[in-house]
Amino acid sequence: MIRTRGRLVVLQILVISLLALLAVRLWQVQVVRGAEYVAAATETRTRDVVVPAVRGQILDSAGRPLVRNRTRLVVSVDRTSLNRMEGNGRVVLQKLATVLNRRPVDLRMRIRACGPGVTRPCWPGSPYQPIPIDDDVTTREALQILERQEEFPGVTAEVQAVREYPGSTAGAQALGYLQPITQEELEKRDGFKAVFSGVDLVGRDGLEAVYDRQLRGVPGLRRVQVDRLGKVIGVERQVQPTPGDTLITSIDARVQAVTEKALAEAMKAAPTADGAAGVVLDVRTGRVVALASAPTYNPAVWTGGISEPDYQRLLSGKAGMPLVSRAIKGEFAPGSTFKVSSVSAMLRDGYPLHGRYDCPGSFMVGSRPFNNFHGIGMGTIDLHTALVKSCDTIFYKAAYEQWLRDGGLRPRGKTKEPMATMARAFGFGRPTGIDLPGESAGRIPDREWKKQLWAETKTENCRRARSGYPEVARSSPGRAAFLKQLAYENCVEGYQWRPGDAANFSIGQGDVLVTPLQLAAAYAALVGDGKLRSPRLGWALVRPDGTMVKEIKAPVVGRLPISPVERAYIKGALSEVASDGTAAGAFAGFPMDKVKVGGKTGTAEVYGKTDTSWFASFAPTDRPRFVVVVMVSQGGMGGQTAAPAVRKIYEGIYGLAPEAKGKPVRAALPNHRPAVDLPMIKRDGTVAR
Amino acid sequence: MNRSTAVQSGGSLARRAVAASSAVRRMDGVLLVAVAALTVIGTMLVWSSTRTWAPGATGLVKKHILNVSIGIALTSAAVMVNHRSLRIYSPLVYGVSLVGLVLVITPLGATVNGAHSWIMLGGGFAFQPSEFAKLGLVLMLAMLLAKPSRGTDRPRGLDVALSLGVAGFTMGLVMLQPDLGTTMVLGVITAGAIVIGGVRKRWVLGLGTLVVCGGAAVWLLDVLEPYQIARFTAFLNPASDPRGVGYNSTQSLIAIGSGGLFGKGLFEGGQTTGRFVPEQHTDFIFTVAGEEFGFLGSVTVVVLIGVILLRGVRIARQCDDRFGTLVAGVIVCWLAFQAFVNIGMTIGIMPITGLPLPFVSYGGTATFANMIAIGLLQAIHIREQPF
Repeated sequence: MIRTRGRLVVLQILVISLLALLAVRLWQVQVVRGAEYVAAATETRTRDVVVPAVRGQILDSAGRPLVRNRTRLVVSVDRTSLNRMEGNGRVVLQKLATVLNRRPVDLRMRIRACGPGVTRPCWPGSPYQPIPIDDDVTTREALQILERQEEFPGVTAEVQAVREYPGSTAGAQALGYLQPITQEELEKRDGFKAVFSGVDLVGRDGLEAVYDRQLRGVPGLRRVQVDRLGKVIGVERQVQPTPGDTLITSIDARVQAVTEKALAEAMKAAPTADGAAGVVLDVRTGRVVALASAPTYNPAVWTGGISEPDYQRLLSGKAGMPLVSRAIKGEFAPGSTFKVSSVSAMLRDGYPLHGRYDCPGSFMVGSRPFNNFHGIGMGTIDLHTALVKSCDTIFYKAAYEQWLRDGGLRPRGKTKEPMATMARAFGFGRPTGIDLPGESAGRIPDREWKKQLWAETKTENCRRARSGYPEVARSSPGRAAFLKQLAYENCVEGYQWRPGDAANFSIGQGDVLVTPLQLAAAYAALVGDGKLRSPRLGWALVRPDGTMVKEIKAPVVGRLPISPVERAYIKGALSEVASDGTAAGAFAGFPMDKVKVGGKTGTAEVYGKTDTSWFASFAPTDRPRFVVVVMVSQGGMGGQTAAPAVRKIYEGIYGLAPEAKGKPVRAALPNHRPAVDLPMIKRDGTVAR
Repeated sequence: MNRSTAVQSGGSLARRAVAASSAVRRMDGVLLVAVAALTVIGTMLVWSSTRTWAPGATGLVKKHILNVSIGIALTSAAVMVNHRSLRIYSPLVYGVSLVGLVLVITPLGATVNGAHSWIMLGGGFAFQPSEFAKLGLVLMLAMLLAKPSRGTDRPRGLDVALSLGVAGFTMGLVMLQPDLGTTMVLGVITAGAIVIGGVRKRWVLGLGTLVVCGGAAVWLLDVLEPYQIARFTAFLNPASDPRGVGYNSTQSLIAIGSGGLFGKGLFEGGQTTGRFVPEQHTDFIFTVAGEEFGFLGSVTVVVLIGVILLRGVRIARQCDDRFGTLVAGVIVCWLAFQAFVNIGMTIGIMPITGLPLPFVSYGGTATFANMIAIGLLQAIHIREQPF
């Protein structure tokens, strides 16, 4: 028994040490690392349900909605919980498909994550967020899902606000669209994450993108207690969402519609036209009254996830890339519309305002003749006539003289380059700074730019100068020889600002590129108070109850370096263009006695394509309120395609169109001026008329 | 040495009552209080962990109280038993428990949670013969090894061999279910009996080596189900598969750890209310104590178990009779192992095996077996305590 007793002592010691071990470990788990597990427990036990804030509306200057919200019953699927199930939730999707009357394979496609090789339908948002499967289910379908939640784990049906566009295509590119937030964006929003959820959509383009933060509001948060199965067993904390602000824009929905209609008709009338843009600016404030681009599309296609054919159509060149706003992103040679800048440059450079200038049919720039349009000479004329009749040779001569003064091919010291300097003062060559994303800068070429381009391209050009273009030579030896010669010239003397470059520059040709918006802003400065403004679409942000948050003004970003007398002279010349000049044909029969329209046509040559048609205008000529610019890419002559479109826009604004079916056409703006006061939004969110 | 003869002779009812009351007076009071306290705590924890199953659900806790009541009755019956006569009936008890194990293998057996170890009795009651097999094996081995060989205090070689055979057979039957946890308990019971029985040190070492080699062989020969291996190894790194086998381990640690020093209070544990820990009223009952009663409460449970075990060791040491000593000592081994593995698995220092926590977990048969074991300890105490 002694042996047994001894072994019992060992057992006793063993028992004590094992229990002591448990106690030590319990101390470690519960006291030392207690806080860590409390945090982990909170995380497993609660779910933060984001209650999205209602996104703010976008209104026009009269308070008419351009973008509003409509509530819909949306069915969403949580992919994380599906993946946790057997067969990745195949059974649940099958049942869901039956309820929604869809094919299961369609649902499976929609919840795939988009990526390389995965095209729409797919989910471009964060994989950890519920994916909307169907955003317009009937109440009956939603109830079928909600009442049998145990059969549809991970599936929710809830009321959500979706975007609606009362004007269908109106201002599509300017308004922009919404897309689900991506995981990367979600992660980038550090510290913002708590109040930002992936179920929210992000403005991807246009005003929706620029004013995204204000429109979005602050989502609410409901921290719910859940059990192991994710069933909600209580609410721990609740924060109500703050709805997003309403954005009041200076766009007038009616003028916008008139503009888009005019662009569409202009495109139809010019068979080769592949795109058009129209800008209507409020001269006094720099606000945008209409901003249109054709071809266009209905942004409603984005709502509830875009289909693959729709998406491809938006991106395809064949459909004219309707997503791209040509008004702010399109870069085109401005042609003669650019002469307002060139004539200002001449005045600034000392050419007399009231001087007489020779306008021959052709002018020798260096060794090369540069011709007037159709080679017609006009004798000795003043600058007024030069602008009205669009004489080119006066500008060639001035440009060539300035080029020579700058030192010609061998510039000495700092060059003046008056034409490029003036163009920049008009706002060309840099984005206007409008409240829209992705604006193009255009291009104002000068000596420096030429050098840079040469440095970037000389390796390739010099290689081609030696090797030629054997792949082109097979089909057309003549073209190959031309290309080789070009490559040689560019290799050897590509850095040089040649006299031809200067001459082309002066009439808005060659390498000069502007956007329709830049041109409109420049004209607004010219015919207005001489101040260059950065145009704005947004006018004010107000709370849904009408309280003003912020008024948005178009800031003055520059001043035209010419005197009021000179501006008045140029304006006066342009005022004759529609009645007696290059746009007279387009405005034949227009009641100039009621509203006198001034402007400048432009016909810009594009290598290998039909000319770009421009008309930059303003009205009324005595005290201009509007600047209207229309550009039709491959539209032909400015007076033939763009000017008639501009005429239609003015007819719409002032209600001057011929009576249709016996009914007088109402003016889009009955006061014949852009809105001056913000629309009144009442406490209940409706607009006082 | 006191020898109570009243029960043995089975005299009149009055004499029995007198004997019983004197027996109650001479029971180990500390052991009695510790078991009672643990049982009360266990009942509260079972209530807490099952009350959210349905609104106003009290069905399971009522059943638990019924089980405990039956257990108390069984304890009382066991206290009345003179372990000396029990020694004679040990083979019978063992035999009955074997019948239960065999019945489980027949179509009468039912599968619950992957283990085919139940016999359904109808009316919502079920019986788990492997729990009784523990008791049967304790008695059988004690009987075999209590007989010392002539002139020494060591058991005879033949009896040791016989014991190993009996143990191996029993474990084999349980492995068929398969029930890894109970098999391990049976192994510990056998080891305890061999060691406490006084088998030579080098034999013990030899057998130990054999067990290790056998374990390795079982591992290598794929005798175990893959889920058992996965469960067995998951505790080492629960984060490796937090949704799969590591889930229990992770959730159990979270529940206990979030209890902190003082706990969240009875019925206030969010992890318990949300039913994040699986099998919480049975194998993972300790997590409720950890979350709702905190470190102080869970250490109280550990201390109470410690009291029971140390009183058991004391009873074994005080007993003059080899059979009594062996029974008491082996019961301590059994309960100690089960308690350590159970609590250890909830705090991530032991693998997850389906073993209930004695006196605390919900479960009829286990409660009965544990209570009878306590009854036996008391019976040995009453009859062997020195004056």
